[in-house]
Amino acid sequence: MFDTLADRFDVIFRRLRSRGHLNAAAVDEVAREIRLALLEADVNVRVVKSFITRLKERATGAEVAQSLSPAQQVIKIVHEELTTTLGGTVATLRRPSQPPAVVVLVGLQGSGKTTVAAKLAYHLAAQGRRPLLVAADLARPAAVEQLQVLGAAAGVPVSSDGTDPVAVAAAGRAEAARLGSTDVIIDTAGRLQIDDDLMSELARVVDAAGPHDVLLTVDAMTGQEAVNVASDFADRVPLTGVVLTKLDGDARGGAALSVREVTGLPIVFAGVGEKLDDLEPFHPDRLASRILGMGDVLTLIEKAEATFDAQQAQATEAKLRSGRFTLEDFLDQMRQVRQMGPIQNLMAMMPGVPKQLRDVDVDEGELARLEAIICAMTPAERRDPSIINGSRRARIARGSGTSTPAVNALLKQFKMVQQMMRSMNRGPKGRRRLPVPGR
Amino acid sequence: MSRASDAALEERLGRSRAPFARLRDRWRARRLDESAWDELEETLLAADVGLATTGALVDDVREAARRARVQDADDLGPLLEAAITRRLDAGRDRSLTTVPGQASVWLLVGVNGTGKTTTAAKLAHAAHDRGERVLLVAADTFRAAAAEQLAAWGAALDIEVLRGAEGGDPASVVFDAVQAAGARGVDLVVVDTAGRLHTKRNLMEELKKVRRIVERFPGALTEVLLVLDATTGQNGLTQARDFADAVGVTGVVLAKLDGTAKGGIVLAVETDLGLPVKLIGVGEGADDLVAFDPPAFATALLG
Repeated sequence: MFDTLADRFDVIFRRLRSRGHLNAAAVDEVAREIRLALLEADVNVRVVKSFITRLKERATGAEVAQSLSPAQQVIKIVHEELTTTLGGTVATLRRPSQPPAVVVLVGLQGSGKTTVAAKLAYHLAAQGRRPLLVAADLARPAAVEQLQVLGAAAGVPVSSDGTDPVAVAAAGRAEAARLGSTDVIIDTAGRLQIDDDLMSELARVVDAAGPHDVLLTVDAMTGQEAVNVASDFADRVPLTGVVLTKLDGDARGGAALSVREVTGLPIVFAGVGEKLDDLEPFHPDRLASRILGMGDVLTLIEKAEATFDAQQAQATEAKLRSGRFTLEDFLDQMRQVRQMGPIQNLMAMMPGVPKQLRDVDVDEGELARLEAIICAMTPAERRDPSIINGSRRARIARGSGTSTPAVNALLKQFKMVQQMMRSMNRGPKGRRRLPVPGR
Repeated sequence: MSRASDAALEERLGRSRAPFARLRDRWRARRLDESAWDELEETLLAADVGLATTGALVDDVREAARRARVQDADDLGPLLEAAITRRLDAGRDRSLTTVPGQASVWLLVGVNGTGKTTTAAKLAHAAHDRGERVLLVAADTFRAAAAEQLAAWGAALDIEVLRGAEGGDPASVVFDAVQAAGARGVDLVVVDTAGRLHTKRNLMEELKKVRRIVERFPGALTEVLLVLDATTGQNGLTQARDFADAVGVTGVVLAKLDGTAKGGIVLAVETDLGLPVKLIGVGEGADDLVAFDPPAFATALLG
């Protein structure tokens, strides 16, 4: 019941892989399973219907009939269809030739508008731009104070001058002109899309702001209603895009599929945490991959690229291959991996990591203990652990605040890793293929 | 608890039931065929009822229709209503507990943006109106200006609000508040906690600590209320399970039911997890919190 979409696809495709041929009955079975999986992921029923129709048409067509690898073909088709539905290429904010670029954030109560406004301002400021935040949510108690606090943390000025949201928006533009701001980000009050008075007010705020972008924030945990919310907001204000928030939870974001399919609006950003820098550009193909259980490989690669020193990585690889991998190298590697973020987050991004493993609690404390043990060794010991005798073990245990058995366990594990590396190098040539299907 | 008139509530919930009403129109004077069953299923799925519960409900209704020899699609409505009401076990205890003669503590928990702070203010307001001495506690020390938000409610409703420093330890804020409440003869302490995703281990641990702190005052903790947003989809069930596992949820508040969202996920929350829905939020006003009533909920859903 709590299976995620990716897990469901895992099950389906594992079964597919074991099949020799993909006949019409198999396509039906897969389509049925995918329908269930999408519904469980909160994709709107109507969107699921059209998605399945497209999928069946493509899967039972010539493409698959001529294929030698039906499973690969179906994975590719589903991935492509998901990517297409999610929006194809990466969308960005508009940049008018005459600054400032004006962005208005709209959405339901609690969807994350204020947080996104601050994150967006932080994001732009980090790019060397000079944004201005405008707090036009006068309905929720202390919403203005919230933005002021967040603005201060982001180092971005906050304007909230006036007693009604329309006046605040207009004053915000004037303030931006005075400050020479490059961007204006206007936070509005949350409202129900069926509240006629408030929706009219929102239309007036948007008029006064004259925005280049009007972004709808959508909570990634939203259910079937996402479709109605998005289309009703689009009817009343000229929406240009969507920000998908709270994507750092375990909701699979079926709402994103729905909103995109029904409104045609691109998803511009994804909110992935409570900190100011937890805003990422939205990558449709990556979310499709994640949904398909292929892991968020691209994000992982980018993170690795940003963290690892390429030359150092090459040197390490050479050492690995030659079997001259020492505890010092091991320490370096561990530190670099940990710099990429909590191991748990990395696991979630990796393809083929089973659900059980993703749910396992990675004990970061254990990693810290390993680090402490290695740090308590002398450089000579790190390079050649075989010199570590009984008294050295006791010293290392004391120095690292652990115990002799813990030191022994680490040495044993390291020895096994070294042996494994040597035997891998003696094994057949050729790189292991990544389980990513062709695009 | 309700002061919104029944008519006003009907009017509000009426917004929620449009799709069901449309379904009923379509069913009028129609033979009961497979397409009617498909529509029934689709309508339930569109209300966020979820696959498993939808399947079970459709089976229930099929069985009932077979026994009653139903010929017309029109007759499915009452059968579905009965099936939903049965699932929502009208006998479940949905009352809110307090202990006379000591400060009772109600903890509000949930993911970000579901409406905890507003619900806290509404709960405090209702108790205040009953003549109880109430204390609101802003234990959300994380979100910027969360305490100010609650303080603004307190000022508007004439209810005292206790708050900690931003970034402070929520458990210590709660400890001080409950201790002060006992000393001052307060009847009810309503604690607003920071929103947190149920997947964030450290934040869930922090919440457990808040619960443990309240438990230092024997018998004081009488309710742990999970606030669910009515627009939440299937993730609501996971939220409910994880919060229940962590801090022993005693009931659910279904917030924002005045929109078009149907809150169908609470059916699964009740039947799979046994957590009773106690209250529903139907607006932004201090009085817009009413008791959850299963038959009325089923009827309102079905139009």
